[in-house]
Order: sequence, then structure tokens, then C-alpha cells
Amino acid sequence: MKELKASMAGTVLNVLAAEGQAITPGQAVLTIESMKMEIPVEAEFGGKVEKIHVEVGGFVNEGDVLMTVGE
Amino acid sequence: MKKILIANRGEIARRIIRTCNRLGIETVAIHSEADGDLPYVSEATEAVLIGPNPVVQSYLQKDKIIEVAKKHGVEGIHPGYGLLSENADFARKVAEVGMVFIGPSSDIIEKMGDKIESRKTMIQAGVPVVPGTEEGVTTLEKALEEAQKIGYPLMLKASAGGGGIGMVRCESEQALTQQFASVKNRAKAYFGDDVVYLEKFIADARHIEVQIFGDHHGNLVHLYERNCSVQRRNQKVIEESPSPNLPQNVREQLCEAALLAGKAVNYTNAGTVEFIVDSNNEFYFLEMNTRLQVEHPVTEEVTGLDLVEWQLTVADGGRLPAQDTIQTSGHAIEYRVYAEDPKTFFPSPGKLEKLQWGEGARIETGYEEGNQVTPFYDPMISKVIIHGKDREEALSKSQNFFNHVTISGVKTNIPLFKEFIVSEPFASGDYATAVLPEWIEKSKEENTL
Repeated sequence: MKELKASMAGTVLNVLAAEGQAITPGQAVLTIESMKMEIPVEAEFGGKVEKIHVEVGGFVNEGDVLMTVGE
Repeated sequence: MKKILIANRGEIARRIIRTCNRLGIETVAIHSEADGDLPYVSEATEAVLIGPNPVVQSYLQKDKIIEVAKKHGVEGIHPGYGLLSENADFARKVAEVGMVFIGPSSDIIEKMGDKIESRKTMIQAGVPVVPGTEEGVTTLEKALEEAQKIGYPLMLKASAGGGGIGMVRCESEQALTQQFASVKNRAKAYFGDDVVYLEKFIADARHIEVQIFGDHHGNLVHLYERNCSVQRRNQKVIEESPSPNLPQNVREQLCEAALLAGKAVNYTNAGTVEFIVDSNNEFYFLEMNTRLQVEHPVTEEVTGLDLVEWQLTVADGGRLPAQDTIQTSGHAIEYRVYAEDPKTFFPSPGKLEKLQWGEGARIETGYEEGNQVTPFYDPMISKVIIHGKDREEALSKSQNFFNHVTISGVKTNIPLFKEFIVSEPFASGDYATAVLPEWIEKSKEENTL
């Protein structure tokens, strides 16, 4: 199980992947808004999304786990 | 006015407080939970916690802000820039409760906020506008039909848009087809209105704007122009006045056109008429900003005037001086220091561990050492404004200044300034709006940034 973490603090604008969905490295899975800028979060690794730990409108800090991804 | 409320935060709130203090006007500051420690909060006469950190729950709470204003007995509300400064509904509500909105009337804000409406007004007034659609476009079919007449490349823009949001360059029919729905959706999401329009893309253009001011006695003056062509993500990074490489006769024509634009709507208070100027010095109206702008200190430095004082004077019913009394001296450049990665432009929030500025510049900042730059608001940490007897001196002073700045805790774009201001395209003054992204691209290829 791997963890996809937030690289900066911000508000979750949208979640582009669903639990159970297969994702590939480089795929945009989430958008975070920080300092009035929309930043796409791309998966650093592929796999199946096991759990999404955030919700749209929620605030995340740098290092917070956004998703756990299984093999 | 004896007391005003500032419906804004950070640097601009601090800037307004400074002038009010000098004029003996009391100030009421509002702040979110995250901003409680910022200097403007303690520098105001009174301060009120307005709500949680997201702007929609704090700085955009129109009714709550007006309630605070009433409770604290203020006579006027200064909206600063951004946030509610160009919100016609807010301006109207302020006026309805008998307070002074320190800016133009809600009618003017509304008219100029609608880009299609403002284009029509300018055409009627005889101000040149960029060739484009006269009415809003709602279907892709119509957009493709209009695009045939205008020609590619073109800009697809949200009618209610601004600040680079809801604006896309389309090189071909295929690009327009791909982007149309997305721009409409973004326009709806950001501005609550999905009307879009098309404009011809002007290549190698400079973004030059003219500061205007109107009073309630029918006087309208200009305070010359600023070149704002150094941009990233369609947002300004460096502004300067006077605009380099602009023939004097074109400068005069631009200022005259800006006055024509202002007269067309009986403009009052501070406003800016933005133009794009092509490589043949032909210019076109882009939009009118109905507020004080971030880059106003550039104009203040060359004219020696205090634009916030002028705003207060006009709002209080005072008269503007005659045009021929407004003169300029020397050259001023403003650099917007952002908390962002200088290569990727990605935001870099964090604690300002060190914030030490050098000598020789006017610093407008909302922060002090030890403050947090939070992810909730704009990434601008400060504005650095440098004035010289000419452009050469201003650039030389800029180099010296940036070599003596220490900021740690967040990444900033200062390393970029240090390299960029000595680069050929900027130093020569012969640059258009693509100068910064093009220079960054080239520097990356050459590994010099």
C-alpha cells in the first residue's frame, strides 16, 4: 500500500479518481487550490485507489495523506 | 470623513491605514482568523474578526462587513483591490445604508465589469477596441462562425472575467472547439455567468494602462501610463512608468483615449484604462478597472502624489487639480514579490523566518518577520518600488537592492528578478507580454536559471 501525500497546504477543489479505480503514474487525481492557484496533483505511482482520505472543500496541510493506493 | 472601514487585508489595508493616519482619519480593519497577527490589524484604530479563513466566509461577507461598519460608526468603506473592490452589489449596499463607497458608483462598476457592455460603450465613445464579437456568444456553432470573420489566433474570454481567469488563446478551429465548453464552465463557476466572447489575438503586444481619476464636479484627469507587460499566467509581475520605447505622441494619444473612455461613463474616483499596444504602436482598449490597482505606487513615485488621499478627497466631495498641474519626474519600477517557486510559479506558503529588505526602495508589504504566509490568499508578500532619475538608474538601484534582500521560510521570485532585470529583453526596454515566459523557457534550455 502506498500513500499519495499533499505537497503543499490548500483546499481540495475536486477529486478526479474514485475508490476502486485503477490509476496510472502521472494521472491527475485531485486539484488543490493554494494561494488563488489551482494545482493538479498527479499520481506518483500506479495502482488501485483503496481509500480517499479527503473531501471536496476540505483543507489539507503539506504531508497529509490524500489517497492510499494498492497494487 | 473622520472614520472609515477597510474591507480588505494585508498590504493594501496597511497602505490605506498609512494615508488615513497622516490625514487624521480613524480606521477599522477586518481580519480572518489566519490574519490576526498581521501588522495591519494592530496598526488600524480598531480591528474586528470577521470570520474563518476562506474568503467566502470572511472578506467576501458583504452584509456582515456592512454591519460591522454600522456598529463602529464609520462614514465610508474603502474596498482596496481584489475581493469586493469591483463588486457592484457591495458598492450599492454600502450606498444604501448611507455610507460612502470609496470608489466609483455601482452603476459604473457594473457597466465596466461586463466586458461585452464595456466594449460597446467604448466603440460608441470612439475609443479603439480589439476586433471581436459585438454580442456575447453562447453556442459553439456561433463561436466558430464568428471566429471565421475574426481570424485565428484569437482569445476566448469570459464576459464577466478578469485577472487572467476565464481567458484562453485559441490557435485554430480545433482549439476553439476543444476549449469552448471549458471556458464557459469556468466562467460560470468563477463569475456566475457563462457568457463568453471572442477577440482577435494581437501578437507582440504590450500591456499599457492609463491611470485616470474623476471627481463629482465633472473633472476628469489622467496620471499618465504604466507598462505592465511583464506577466506570468496572465498576471502582472513587474510594472514601470514611463513605458519604455513608447513614442511621446503615442503616449499622449493613449492618455487622451483613456480620458475619452472615462468621460463616456462619467467616471468618478480612481480607475485604470487598460490597452494593448501592438508593434506598430496601434492601440486598443482592453478593459477598465474600476478601483485602485496593485501597481498604483509606480504612478505615485513618478507624480509625487498620494492616490489613496485622492480617493478619500474625491469620495468626500473634493475637487481634483487641473490636468496641467500633474507632472512626472524620473522612472519607477514595481516588482511584485510572490511566495512562489521562481521556476514553476507554484505557491510556497510558510513562515517568514527572515524578512530583511535592503536600502533604496519603497516597500509595501502586509507582513513582518515571523508572520505566516498562509495558503488562503494571494501569494504576494510585498511590492518593491524603485525610483530613479531615469530607467538606467532605476535598474541599477534594483540590482543593488535585490542583492541585499534576505527572505527565508518561503520560496520567492527574487532569484528570478535578479537574473531577469539584467537580461537583454528587459534591460533594453523593448519587450512585449510574452517576454517573461519566453525568457524563462530560454533560460531553462541554457541552464542559466
